[in-house]
Amino acid sequence: MRTRVVIAGYGMAGARLAEEIRRRDPAGERVAIVAIGDEPHPPYNRVLLSNVLAGAMSAESVRLQEEGWAVAHGVEVRRGREVVSIDRDGRRVTLDDGTLIGYDVLVLATGARAWVPPVEGLTGDDGELAPGVATFRTLDDCAAIAAGARGGVRVAVLGGGLLGLEAARGLAARGNAVTVVHPRAHLMERQLDDGAGQVLAQVLRGLGVRVLLNSRAARYLPGDGLKLDDGRLVEADLVVVAAGVRPQTAQAWVAGLDVEGGVLVDDDLRTSDPFIHAIGDCARHPGTVPGLVQPAWEQAAALAALLTGSRSPYRGTKVVTRLKASGVDLAALGDVHAAPDDPRAEVLWLSEPSRGRYAKLVVRDERVAGAIALGVPDAAAAITQFYDRGLPVPPDRLALLLGRAMPYGEGAASDGGNPAGLSGTSVVCRCNAVSKDTLVAAWRSGARDLTALASATRATTGCGTCTDTVCGIARWLAQSEKAQAAGTAHAPS
Amino acid sequence: MSAATSTRPADATVGAVDTHCPYCALQCGMTLSPAGRASVRVRPRDPSAGGLCQKGWAAAALLGSPARLTTPLVRDGGALRPASWDEAVGLVARRIKEITADRGPDAVAVFGGGGLTNEKAYLLGKFARVALGTSQVDYNGRFCMSSAAAAAHRAFGLDRGLPFPLTDLEGADAVLLAGANPAETMPPFLSHLRRAMDAGGLIVVDPRRTPTAERAALHLAPVPGTDLALALGIFHAAVADGRLDHGFVGDRTTGFDEAWRVAAAWWPERVERVTGVAAADQRRAAAILAEAASAYVLTARGTEQHSTGVDTVGAWINLALALGLPGRRGSGWGCLTGQGNGQGGREHGQKADQLPGYRRIDDPTARAHVAGVWGVEPSALPGPGRSAFELLDALGTPDGPSALLVFASNPVVSAPHSARVADRLAALDLLVVADIVLSETARAADVVLPITQWAEEDGTLTNLEGRVLLRRRALAPPPGVRTDLEVLHDLAVRLGQPPERFPADPETVFTELRAASEGGPADYSGVTWDRLRAGERLHWPVPAGPAFRRPGHQGTPRLFLDRFAHPDGRARFAAVDHKGPAEPPDEEFPLYAITGRVLQHYQSGAQTRRVEELRAAVPEAYVEVHPDTAERAGLRDGAAAAVVGRRGRVLATVRCVPSMRPDVVFLPFHFPGAQRANLVTNPALDPVSRMPEFKVCAVRLSPAGEREAQ
Repeated sequence: MRTRVVIAGYGMAGARLAEEIRRRDPAGERVAIVAIGDEPHPPYNRVLLSNVLAGAMSAESVRLQEEGWAVAHGVEVRRGREVVSIDRDGRRVTLDDGTLIGYDVLVLATGARAWVPPVEGLTGDDGELAPGVATFRTLDDCAAIAAGARGGVRVAVLGGGLLGLEAARGLAARGNAVTVVHPRAHLMERQLDDGAGQVLAQVLRGLGVRVLLNSRAARYLPGDGLKLDDGRLVEADLVVVAAGVRPQTAQAWVAGLDVEGGVLVDDDLRTSDPFIHAIGDCARHPGTVPGLVQPAWEQAAALAALLTGSRSPYRGTKVVTRLKASGVDLAALGDVHAAPDDPRAEVLWLSEPSRGRYAKLVVRDERVAGAIALGVPDAAAAITQFYDRGLPVPPDRLALLLGRAMPYGEGAASDGGNPAGLSGTSVVCRCNAVSKDTLVAAWRSGARDLTALASATRATTGCGTCTDTVCGIARWLAQSEKAQAAGTAHAPS
Repeated sequence: MSAATSTRPADATVGAVDTHCPYCALQCGMTLSPAGRASVRVRPRDPSAGGLCQKGWAAAALLGSPARLTTPLVRDGGALRPASWDEAVGLVARRIKEITADRGPDAVAVFGGGGLTNEKAYLLGKFARVALGTSQVDYNGRFCMSSAAAAAHRAFGLDRGLPFPLTDLEGADAVLLAGANPAETMPPFLSHLRRAMDAGGLIVVDPRRTPTAERAALHLAPVPGTDLALALGIFHAAVADGRLDHGFVGDRTTGFDEAWRVAAAWWPERVERVTGVAAADQRRAAAILAEAASAYVLTARGTEQHSTGVDTVGAWINLALALGLPGRRGSGWGCLTGQGNGQGGREHGQKADQLPGYRRIDDPTARAHVAGVWGVEPSALPGPGRSAFELLDALGTPDGPSALLVFASNPVVSAPHSARVADRLAALDLLVVADIVLSETARAADVVLPITQWAEEDGTLTNLEGRVLLRRRALAPPPGVRTDLEVLHDLAVRLGQPPERFPADPETVFTELRAASEGGPADYSGVTWDRLRAGERLHWPVPAGPAFRRPGHQGTPRLFLDRFAHPDGRARFAAVDHKGPAEPPDEEFPLYAITGRVLQHYQSGAQTRRVEELRAAVPEAYVEVHPDTAERAGLRDGAAAAVVGRRGRVLATVRCVPSMRPDVVFLPFHFPGAQRANLVTNPALDPVSRMPEFKVCAVRLSPAGEREAQ
């Protein structure tokens, strides 16, 4: 008897769930899948939309599945439809065209919708966005923004969070004059402390993005731009709203499921109804924060395991925020707000605004508790590894913060620049393990040129890339000898 | 003495002889000037074309070594005692007949090596299929080249390590080395990368800061077992940053969309989290390769010896294809072959699924052709047999072989999960080992046959660029040893084969190999020893064409310039996804163990550990570890450590290396006994190539004195 799984929502989470189930049940022997997606497009990768906006990728290239994947894998997809109500007793859902679909298990993967703040003029009387206003959430949004941003027009981005900044950077790269309007004192205040926010603003300004902080939009004036509450006007032909998202939980709420900033789920991604699960942006699990793809994909994998008969509880996801904007390298994770005088934490920070760098490391109990890495990409990579795996941090914290937790060793000398500075035991010819000492001894025994040194020691007879160094050593020894003969220098040792 | 040995000249030396080094696949040219057995002078033949490393310079030391075997040994009352050739080979033949009569031909297995000449590899495969009639033949190259070979077949329809001449690399502005450490494994190779190094174009992918990585402009140090994700990330970065070669992808490849669909989910920031390689460095790698006028992507064992080895190589090939590198002069993808004849050794029939000429044993046309050359019925040829580890793992089991003949290999040290392998060898009714010294595997044998070394015999090898080389005899072998060909000849005759079917003269064998390979993917029919003696540089395929007796084809230095070898002429992208290592670290075994080589030793160390200069340089096993990790384990530099995993423990001396990742320990695999790195390695096999996962397993580190509480 196959379990009939209905997936409400066929975006990043829903499509991934279908793939994860088919990975475990390729022939569909255990699970039948019906997926309902409200967008007209095949599922696509939302993470890459900033690349689409920047013009680096086509809409086609961000699709999650090949044309025909669903058919080939026995997944029934209802595209352009959405679930309007859930009949929990009858275990069936109603679609917007009136179709009834029965389920054994219902999975809510309805995601989130862009939130439009109550600024006068942004929406019309019908609640639709006014002309010249676009949100930044879907592929259609991207197309609308791209169409509106043609010809280098002026753009105002409402919101200086992750998505707003990615949009702003992408549009600036397309040649638009972009202004970010952000109501708080610094950018990305959820993920950054004040210092990092300020350096980030400076980096963006350097990339041609105007950043207005502590600024609230009061009114949208089509053709002119955004009027701020302090009376200033931000001139804009296009307004991109990136003020946050709200999980889509209406049907769940109406159906009486527990909802609190998302449909509440346990470690089996189960809602308050044992036959209904929720994953992705519409779900709320205590172990993670919504809005990122990593938790959604891990939840999809855990739920697919459960539905195919091998339970693998979801324990939460450690979130690492990465700003994907060309020319900006930013990672933030964990508790970033700890102050340097926090008695329960070790806090290191370093700010170099002139080069757009800011690094902060919060250590508790020998583990990374939080970090910000702006403009220090290798530190970001290393710190994330320690954080994700809960590894004890190196005793040398500063080295980790600077991205040098793995200090570089001294290699074989590659130039003959300063043979005097080489230690005697340093290997000059690696192919034949010939040290400087060996070369000096050979020279003293009469091997006075490259050929003689090579013959006596085998140095340079492998790959030959140490030839310059060996010649340099010979020259240095000759000069030292001459100087010594003149009584002005001591012999090399 | 057999008839074959009586034709040998009686002189001890034959003057200065141009030949090649006995070790790696680079096969550096060397000139040997023998002045008696204990004094053979070695010189690089053409220093401008690459010199010699320390191993090469010291190669002749083993010719006169007291460790040399000069008489057959037979186990008698638990110990090995000297025996005559007649007794030893007679015993082997009798036991083979008994075991075959009792349990069928597949009860006798053969294990070859990538160090065998083309002639030996060819005759060994023929011996197995014809004289023994067994399907159970494989070789240690399975542990070496199999993942790269399978991936190259899948992508290009043909596998030749470098599908271009080695010297083409000298024009490269950018080279990405994935899992390769040539500064230690084939040092003179670096001479070809000078331009790339000077141009800031050398990119090295290795979890460890190796001597090669120290030379790189960009060193990417992924978490062990995550190379595939890294390759996907660089591929993604190349596409996202507009570096895709649309024209090439459209005209000369298929499968891009499916491959991209997987790679699209691996944006650099996500890859960074899995691999630990900064997203910015992934983008930089893509930029360096894409912006170079001449760029190459080269893979080696570090990225291939995984249970996902074929897919991992496929991911690197995807990157090369996306940038339009393969099949064009001055750019490409290639694999750095390891063993001396790793290339030729995989082409001529000692592999479980192959017949000579790189033909498939399950292909009826190939069977008919080869059976015709061998003068047997196609139906008499056995089918595919077990792959190397599966073969070793089955020894002495109810369904597995109960006799094994080993040539040019030392699996007690070199196979994964080596305690299991030693255990299986001990369960055999008959173990025969042909070797030059009493290797660890030979010590376990019932019969040991002393054979000649590289400088004492003639034969051809095929180097890493698919070029056929002639190794030449420089001095006569010591009395009492025979060549592998002579051993096979003698044994085959005693097993009832006509003598002419198993010639002991290498040039005669090669002539037969030419015919057997004719028309196959690795076609040697146009190669003759005379052409090689005349100094011709012949890269296969070298078809003889209709005028077989007067070969004139100039060989194929560069493959794929016009078309790839698939029927549609196109290269294929592979839709490969990252899975990660088969045995990730956990609380009990929190560290990754990786294995590799040191400059002074070769393979299982059976040869190099017996050369005093090399032994003295690196006398014993060590474990490289970050100082913090050592300290947490209660260890200091120089302390005796135990590296403990699920399958065993390795004893090694601690070397604190600050450039190590704190979650990784490195073990060289050249040492015997309790120092065998392979006591801990994981025999999880790649589903396609059957390559074991040598390069990553989970371990913990502790002082050697403490017994482990399990």
